[in-house]
Amino acid sequence: MNGLTPGFADAGLTPGFADPVLDGQATFRAVLEAMSRPGRVQRAGSALRPPAPLNQAAAAVLLTLADADTGFAHDAGVAAEAWLRFHCGMPLVPGAQAAFVLATGTPPALASLAQGSEEEPQAGATLVLQVNALTEGTGWRLIGPGIETEHRLHVDGAPAGFVAAWAVNRASFPLGVDVVLCVGDRLAALPRTTMIAEG
Amino acid sequence: MSTTLEGYNFAYLDEATKRMIRRALLKAVAIPGHQIPFGAREMPLPYGWGTGGIQVTAAILGPTDTLKVIDQGADDTTNAISIRRFFTRVAGVATTEHTAEATVVQTRHRIPERLLREDQIIVYQVPQPEPLSRLEPRRTETKRLHALADYGLMHVRLYEDIARFGHIAKAYDYPVMVNGRYLMSPSPIPAFDNPKMHRMAALQLFGAGREKRIYAIPPYTDVRSLDFEDHPFRPIRAPHACALCASTDTYLDEVITDDAGGRLFVCSDTDHCAERQATAQEAAE
Ligand SMILES: [Zn+2]
Repeated sequence: MNGLTPGFADAGLTPGFADPVLDGQATFRAVLEAMSRPGRVQRAGSALRPPAPLNQAAAAVLLTLADADTGFAHDAGVAAEAWLRFHCGMPLVPGAQAAFVLATGTPPALASLAQGSEEEPQAGATLVLQVNALTEGTGWRLIGPGIETEHRLHVDGAPAGFVAAWAVNRASFPLGVDVVLCVGDRLAALPRTTMIAEG
Repeated sequence: MSTTLEGYNFAYLDEATKRMIRRALLKAVAIPGHQIPFGAREMPLPYGWGTGGIQVTAAILGPTDTLKVIDQGADDTTNAISIRRFFTRVAGVATTEHTAEATVVQTRHRIPERLLREDQIIVYQVPQPEPLSRLEPRRTETKRLHALADYGLMHVRLYEDIARFGHIAKAYDYPVMVNGRYLMSPSPIPAFDNPKMHRMAALQLFGAGREKRIYAIPPYTDVRSLDFEDHPFRPIRAPHACALCASTDTYLDEVITDDAGGRLFVCSDTDHCAERQATAQEAAE
């Protein structure tokens, strides 16, 4: 299903991508760039009007990557759930089994999400985490693959204890969770390889 | 998009397949050097023509991209031309033979001589993604060895070379360790190209069509060719200068020039060689 499928207006829903093929491609490249260069802020979903509390970037990421093959868990309420499931068709599953977890409020503990296995670490979850602001050049010092020396990112609205929980996540490499931080139509990613030092 | 072939989705693949490949690519970037299985599709080109690389390229390509395709360093082989035409037809993208102009480079058997930049992505066509395949044919077993990071088999194999030949006799597909964790096949590029993978500014993606696996190296990631303290890795090239551009630091192909056994050495990267010749000519004028 996509934004052009008749019926979303009848269901009281705003549309998804105006051009699912090209908007999906552009969003994917933004997420690929974000995951390849941790902490660099990309734009996605500027034209979307998803229901609150879902922000544009988080909506774009899920429209692009989630579908009937990806279990989904969230805290975003009935309106966002109806919108996402109409446009993506993803099944709802318990948080520990979800490929994609959307957190608009306090997220579940990283360690409670799917970690993958020694042989299949790619089964570790992707946490789409809505925050208040992303500012480059200040804040956390990020080091690791994708970063030439270090990259600085200030995350306003990161959950309490996140840096300590992230250190545990990183130490379990190659298992672990990858995070996409979203605010408005902006996003940045933290793959499980990234080391965070507080600024 | 009026120039693209009617009746095909943009970039040929259906959207569900693209999503599946895109999810695999993102996890591949998050776990550098780890092979991720994907549900490869039949492509309108035979295996051996880079169907894995083509599917990766199809999943990432957008209308603003400029695509370069090389085969053994050259842009003008049948294989490279076919792949370029395919993407012109199904995605309407611009193509180029100049490395500097490309946003996406799909390659078989070489890494361009020109340093790749942050705004470029290189996609490798991979025939055999498993570096341990010749030493351990069972996939269940190689998966276990990767899980344990147990690469003793490969060290033994390379050390046997040293014992027999006095050096490691692997000139192509020379295995690398990625980010100090996963043993990875760089695809059949010459060992000469291996150092270019180390901390490359561009994102490196790998697609194996027949074996249905994807892997990746993020930018600025450590990539070390396996070696031993007393036998350090040495990238090898023919000890000649290019007959066309006089380069002494590029990878050379040997070309037979006549029936009498005449031969010369020229750059394998035809774009780089032509660029050097043009620069030399300008300087002379
Ligand atoms: Zn030359």
